[in-house]
Amino acid sequence: MARYLPLALLAIVVIVVQQIAQWSDATYYLTQLTMTAYYSLVIVGLCLLMGYAGQISLGHAGFFAIGGYLSAMLTTHDLMPYQGNALFKALGSLGLLVHQQDLFGASVLHVTPWAACIAAVLTAALIAFCLGIPVLKLKGHYLAMATLGFGIIIFRVALATPLFGEADGISEVPGFTLLPGLTVSGDFAARTSNYYIAWGMVLLTMLLLSQLIHSRIGRALRAIHGSEEAARAMGVDTARYKLQTFVLSAVLAAVAGVFLTHFNGGLGPSEAGIMKSVRYVAIVAIGGMANLWGALIMGVVLNFLSLRGFFGTYDDAVFGAILIVIMLFAPHGLLHRGILRELKNLFRKNGHGPA
Amino acid sequence: MALLELTHVHKRFGGLHAVNDVSFAVQPGQIKAVIGPNGAGKTTLFNCIAGTFPPSEGSVHFNGQPIEGLEPHRIASRGLSRTFQNIKLYPGLTALENVMIGRHCRSRAGFWAGMLRLPSTFREEREIRERSLEYLELLGIADLADSEATSLAFGQQRAVEFARALAAEPTLLLLDEPAAGLNIYETAEVARLITTIRDRGITVLLVEHDMSLVMDISDEIVVLSFGQKIAEDTPHNIQQNTEVIRIYLGEDDAAD
Ligand SMILES: Nc1ncnc2c1ncn2[C@@H]1O[C@H](COP(=O)(O)OP(=O)(O)OP(=O)(O)O)[C@@H](O)[C@H]1O
Ligand SMILES: [Mg+2]
Repeated sequence: MARYLPLALLAIVVIVVQQIAQWSDATYYLTQLTMTAYYSLVIVGLCLLMGYAGQISLGHAGFFAIGGYLSAMLTTHDLMPYQGNALFKALGSLGLLVHQQDLFGASVLHVTPWAACIAAVLTAALIAFCLGIPVLKLKGHYLAMATLGFGIIIFRVALATPLFGEADGISEVPGFTLLPGLTVSGDFAARTSNYYIAWGMVLLTMLLLSQLIHSRIGRALRAIHGSEEAARAMGVDTARYKLQTFVLSAVLAAVAGVFLTHFNGGLGPSEAGIMKSVRYVAIVAIGGMANLWGALIMGVVLNFLSLRGFFGTYDDAVFGAILIVIMLFAPHGLLHRGILRELKNLFRKNGHGPA
Repeated sequence: MALLELTHVHKRFGGLHAVNDVSFAVQPGQIKAVIGPNGAGKTTLFNCIAGTFPPSEGSVHFNGQPIEGLEPHRIASRGLSRTFQNIKLYPGLTALENVMIGRHCRSRAGFWAGMLRLPSTFREEREIRERSLEYLELLGIADLADSEATSLAFGQQRAVEFARALAAEPTLLLLDEPAAGLNIYETAEVARLITTIRDRGITVLLVEHDMSLVMDISDEIVVLSFGQKIAEDTPHNIQQNTEVIRIYLGEDDAAD
């Protein structure tokens, strides 16, 4: 039962924050908190992969971008020229396409957001699957470099492809109607409902992941992290679990990308950048690695500050600095059980007391 | 039928012939020991059996089925469990959780079941925990269940690893130097434990340097030297075997 207490607390905090924002006329904070929630999905997924299964990825912004870009492209790219094509006719008759009017009143044809979202997330899952099979055989630095390479490719593809808007990215992405009356969009009127959609997704993800880490599979992932050889010897199919975890975390990143893109109404190549991937890794590290709640809390705090412009032009530098400092002084992160003892030790060593 | 049968097993590391044409069989219900000087290839032989790496040549049959070249987790789920010479516990997991990993191949909840915490998963998880606690009790370390495994004393870590291997309910247990680093009381305890689990129907193949332990509990002994099998016999006959005395015990004396 203690496992569900943090979830209940989070739900209460989410409601209280919204109420405070509403009564103090500061609902503009909700926009950044909504974006923060979506970034948190990437972070807790990466936390499962890195902190629990012990497999680093320096390419998770790539999966976020695959989700965001594909969904944005499919819901904005005009399919009118292909209207006669048999494939598109079939898609149309399945209800996967919508006719809309563009700004100038011309009729345009797009993929519906639901279909685009599913296509984007499935594509990300498939790419993660195909990438994961070879690269997850690598360990440590080699895995870091391989996933970094993947991230660079996605970034350059986004930047160089006219279909993805090159340096400008994609804008005027339509809202994504989840249920009648519930639309993911940056609409001023839908600010509060979007805040709850985003945090509802975080709560659901935290529920599923915290149950997972306390399950047979979660234990096996931690065993892989501890000693891959001993895990294999006890019957853990390490290759398969690493791959499944990689795909799961990529799917979470892609879902976050889709939702944030529809919420913001667009995205640009910086979302696919290496610095974003580094930022996610830094947040998982400072959150305590194998600590879902630590990653979530640090993710919310740092992303919110970053989105509020608190770090100014040094935004990326702050996350780089965090990585250095954490690796040097607190390789187990800031938020974990032993931190108080470690702090005491730190002061004892430097103080005048007996060593 | 033999439970485990090695036929002409070889393992080469580059130019080093670590295991050279070794054949022997382990009968069900036996305690069989592999002895030999340092570097004789005992651990390498265990690794070939358990699937850590495939033998360069030769075959390994377990329960009548060929297992050479299979991945270790497949071999483990067929009922072969092992401990390591240099203890390999999972840091960050408690002693109990380490043993619970041993039950991995005897349980089945996957990703979805784990995330959704289905009622069947809940029951299975409770069963895993209860059975694992039983094995900690068998090893006399139930009171350490919630301690982090890698922070325990050396002898206790060996016990956790032993419990983890038993939790998989193997038909064949490979023990690589189960008494290394233990004092004489702990060693006697290990000897008692090995005979206990044999009496429960688990066949044991062990590597051990402690000669009194090996001679006391083994039904048969295989002697390796420079990767080759030089003798295979009962403890009584091994002690009389002049070649073994010359190669094995002689070197042992020289080392003293
Ligand atoms: N993975 C490996 N790669 C290369 N050489 C290896 C490997 N494993 C073992 N060896 C070599 O194979 C030989 C046999 O080693 P092994 O560990 O099997 O001996 P052992 O009989 O278990 O010795 P000990 O009693 O010291 O444990 C040694 O020369 C060792 O250096
Ligand atoms: Mg050895």
